[in-house]
Amino acid sequence: MARTATTAPGSKPSDDRLKGWRGYVYSTNHKDIGTLYLSFALFASLVGTFLSIAMRLELHEPGLQFFTNPQYYNVFVTAHGLIMIFFVLMPALIGGFGNWMVPMMIGAPDMAFPRLNNLSFWFLVASFTLLINSLFFGGAPGSDGAGTGWTIYPLLSTKGHPGPSVDFVILSLHLAGASSILGAINFIATILNMRAPGMTMHKMPLYVWSILITASLLVLALPVLAGAVTMLLVDRNFGATFFDPQGGGDPLLFQHLFWFFGHPEVYIMILPAFGIISTVVATFCGKPIFGYLGMVYAMVSIGFIGFVVWAHHMYTVGLATDTQAYFIAASLTIAVPTGIKVFSWIGTMWGGSIDFRTPMLWTIGFIFLFTVGGVTGVVLANAGVDRVLHDTYFVVAHFHYVLSLGALFAIFAGWYYWFPKMTGYMYSELIGHIHFWLTFISVNILFFPQHFLGVAGMPRRIADYPDAFEGWNYVSSIGAYLSACGALVFFYGMAEAFYRKRPAPANPWGPGATTLEWTLSSPPPFHQFEVQPRIS
Amino acid sequence: MTTKAPDMAEAEPERPVFQLVEPSPWPVRGALSALLLAAGLIIWIYGLLWPPWMVFFVGVFGVAATMIGWWREVIQEAENHEHTPLTRLSLHYGMILFLGSETMFFVAWFWAFFNTALFPADSIQVVRDHVIGGQWPPQGIQMESPWGLPLLMTVILLTSAAAVTWADARLLKNNRWGLKAGLICAISLGIIFTVIQAHEFMGASFNYSGNIFGAVFFMATGFHGAHVIIGSIFLGVCLLRAFLGQFRPNEHLGLTFASWYWHFVDVVWLFLFAFVYVWGT
Repeated sequence: MARTATTAPGSKPSDDRLKGWRGYVYSTNHKDIGTLYLSFALFASLVGTFLSIAMRLELHEPGLQFFTNPQYYNVFVTAHGLIMIFFVLMPALIGGFGNWMVPMMIGAPDMAFPRLNNLSFWFLVASFTLLINSLFFGGAPGSDGAGTGWTIYPLLSTKGHPGPSVDFVILSLHLAGASSILGAINFIATILNMRAPGMTMHKMPLYVWSILITASLLVLALPVLAGAVTMLLVDRNFGATFFDPQGGGDPLLFQHLFWFFGHPEVYIMILPAFGIISTVVATFCGKPIFGYLGMVYAMVSIGFIGFVVWAHHMYTVGLATDTQAYFIAASLTIAVPTGIKVFSWIGTMWGGSIDFRTPMLWTIGFIFLFTVGGVTGVVLANAGVDRVLHDTYFVVAHFHYVLSLGALFAIFAGWYYWFPKMTGYMYSELIGHIHFWLTFISVNILFFPQHFLGVAGMPRRIADYPDAFEGWNYVSSIGAYLSACGALVFFYGMAEAFYRKRPAPANPWGPGATTLEWTLSSPPPFHQFEVQPRIS
Repeated sequence: MTTKAPDMAEAEPERPVFQLVEPSPWPVRGALSALLLAAGLIIWIYGLLWPPWMVFFVGVFGVAATMIGWWREVIQEAENHEHTPLTRLSLHYGMILFLGSETMFFVAWFWAFFNTALFPADSIQVVRDHVIGGQWPPQGIQMESPWGLPLLMTVILLTSAAAVTWADARLLKNNRWGLKAGLICAISLGIIFTVIQAHEFMGASFNYSGNIFGAVFFMATGFHGAHVIIGSIFLGVCLLRAFLGQFRPNEHLGLTFASWYWHFVDVVWLFLFAFVYVWGT
């Protein structure tokens, strides 16, 4: 039996966007909301990148050139991290591509709660406003802004920042958290309930699986962050002593609560990326993903284990040896399902006819560079080694490899893959290739030397450093400027595509693109699958 | 579904299964109100404007107006027969997931409680051990007996939960008098619980600030109390709708969800009672 969609009987069905600003602002359409998220992420990425370029400019040479009050450098570090995580990666991967593609991929006309979807987006805008506000209010004595790092540990974030900045950060996190929790509820209900007839769970595209698991992590992990930052708020303003030992409190309580959220958070950022990579690999090798069930349950395992490894971020705080031993073992086990995925992607490419168009370049780049980042994570999982490397640039290199060279590459893979579908225009392959190679080379120049700096002992989150670290810092900064040029190439490529308006067919990629969005026009109609397709 | 070819099956006009929601102003209004509420809180705390509480209360008003406007819209859609069985199933999932997130929120507060209560003499926590005297409850903290008012509060909430369940059962048999009576009972007991809780708060020998016991106790039970108030309002709206003749025996999601919420609040209290009140003293 086919399943159909409807608006209220007797009311005017909205078969197109409302005219004027209300069309997007009041939207209950998953594609328009996805566009809102992607545009927002793009804008936020400019702010986040500006902050990082400023930091690399400072670190270009020893000595303080720009941040004569080094507290401001810490403010930039904090804002850079929060913006990239909450206002670039998550909105792009989950809010942007998730909203755009999940309903189409499961053959549904929209999300389960279209109005709630819109709230999730506007909450994020409100959250970003609060974060930007934090930069302009007093923080630590003598400066503005929250210079705590994105991890906002007390007592630096309580007694150390008497001004309102950290309160703005806390409330920003509350709203971003609410945005994500509501969005996650929406995705889970949609995926569980609105699949086309015949699409069993084990027939869902891997990207949909990745969003389902990500959403489950969000629902379970974010409320704990909410509790932690609420405790921070009352400690700061209402005299509570959750984290102040002089009142019987414990600073480590915050770290436990934060990382109980914080570790699933990194899987929240990478799982949708895994979904995109699986989709693009299958398309451009012209064969289905190797080992579908293995891929599904690898993601489930990663999500599950991700909840019980949080204290590997806390190896230097004085945990009991046996406790550390447990967390080492648990953290190392995540390498197994992750390895299954990497080998399966390679297995998919094996014997396939590989089409090296732009999305596939980003994808192959991801598989290689994410693996590099992953193995440095395995190094850090060992508490003994981490004792030395904690809070050094080795950690910075690790997470930038998995995020800036992992998640970001997956975002670009998804962007180029789905750009024709979303806009109806073809991008220029030449510009896409230039963008990829320039970025690939420059981000490696940027981040690879940071491994050396970390092993040599350079601490993170410092505006200045001893002369001995000068060489690799100089190289790293050059990489940063080059990658900014890569970003310029990206923007040029987008402008060129919108200017040239080369029409994109419904499916530009060939028979390898098997998910349902490729059966629709480019761009798709305002409402699709009002009668659901039957899946065999 | 059996003999027709797939494309033929899709061509026949079908009973609508999904609800496509019309564009709505409430999300953006809600987010803007939340922004004003948040900024207003900071303005109030730091006295950045005059009067300091103005922006905050504008935000509160906006959030309340959004909740009323939005949920009124949902109720209208439901009463207008726009909710298909699939919509209702989605709403069930949504409410369960929401309660899951609320559970995890309370996990954070219980974690804070157990962090000190289980390890009051942890050797690494030198200053804390000295301040609390290596014991739980900390030295100098006088807790009342859990078998007095707290036990009464437990009985009140359990009875209240039973009343809601009874009301739901009456509705299933289309007994609207029973529905209203049960709801009135449940709400009254919820209000009584809140009043007793407030009395307990005001009469506590320990302060909220300056000590970990006060912090954990008042924040955990305080957030619970806030949820009791929210649940009472939710049940109150159900009572109003019952008087308006809404809710059918086979379709009454609002009541079902209010009932689930109320049971959730009850279970959280049982954990609070067992661990904070009984075990913790």
